Amino acid sequence: MKDWPLWEVFVRSRGGLSHRHVGSVHAPDAGIAVRHARDTYTRRMEGVSLWVVPSASITASDPSDDAAMFDPAEDKVYRHASFYNIPDHIKHI
Amino acid sequence: MPSLPPIRPEDEARAHQARGQGAFDAPAADEPDLSLFEYALRLGDDSLILGQRLGEWTGHAPSVEVDLSLANMALDLVGQATHFLGYAGKIEGRGRDGDKLAFHRDVLDFRNCLLVEQPNGDFAQTMARQFLFSTWQKMLFDRLTASADEFIASVAAKAVKEVTYHQELSAEWVIRLGDGTEESRRRMQDGLEWNWRFVPELFEMDELASEAASRGVGADVSAFRPDYERIVADVVAEATLDLPPQQRAVVGGRRGHHSEHLGHLLCAMQFLPRTYPDATW
Repeated sequence: MKDWPLWEVFVRSRGGLSHRHVGSVHAPDAGIAVRHARDTYTRRMEGVSLWVVPSASITASDPSDDAAMFDPAEDKVYRHASFYNIPDHIKHI
Repeated sequence: MPSLPPIRPEDEARAHQARGQGAFDAPAADEPDLSLFEYALRLGDDSLILGQRLGEWTGHAPSVEVDLSLANMALDLVGQATHFLGYAGKIEGRGRDGDKLAFHRDVLDFRNCLLVEQPNGDFAQTMARQFLFSTWQKMLFDRLTASADEFIASVAAKAVKEVTYHQELSAEWVIRLGDGTEESRRRMQDGLEWNWRFVPELFEMDELASEAASRGVGADVSAFRPDYERIVADVVAEATLDLPPQQRAVVGGRRGHHSEHLGHLLCAMQFLPRTYPDATW
């Protein structure tokens, strides 16, 4: 079991919502990974759909690169769409 | 000096109400349906004993994920047992509820098939037992959803979904371990061979089972034996394993003739409620 690869688990909690990362499981292959995800993360009615992805397939940003990656967005408040007057008759925005 | 039991006022009242001409000793019209009681016991005991067996893995499984899989199945089965044994107690009408039947019956009074009481062995042997049992139980519950007994039909309708999952999961493990490493393959082949002699009992149609089937309450298990054998053969072939050779069938569980293993299981399961009858959660 020590050589079982790691799988990231994503659960859709209700129809219409997107899958959210909830954790990971060890499993010998994708089929068993779905079973393990079901038995580990949806035993209290947490979900209606499951995805599993081999953890090794995920490419992550480099933490040592954080400053260059994320800090430049800090002073760009104009990127939020909050500078417009919304007419009264527009409801769902 | 030994004496006769005292005649209580309620005994007198019953004697007064009885019809004459010896009718007092005749069975009353509202006698409990003992064959339905017995049939519900069989269903409940199968689930209860296998649930207890799987529970023994808790904390000992090969990985935490497998630990949860086994405990989830155990809880499904104990839930089924709670329904069936509670119902059996109601039909019997002697004030025994599901807990009383589970924890205060002795080994000879259990009506489960021998397969479910077999020891866990290693993980492969446990999965072989689960696959052989769940495949059968799924086919049985499929049919019981159409039972003439409304309660049995409703429990079967809920449980068949649980058991479908048990069947799929255990079949996947049979295939993976069989078609795995040299060691896992040997262990799964041994696991199948250990459990094989207890399969024929699942398809026994004794007098009670036949009566239940003819009343439309129970299912004729012999009718789906060819389908069962085909599914088992397919999975065993996909696992690149060999069907075990014919063995002398071991039967008797439905009549209370159990293997030595059941007594040990009951010791662990019944110890607490028998030692501390007033214990509550």
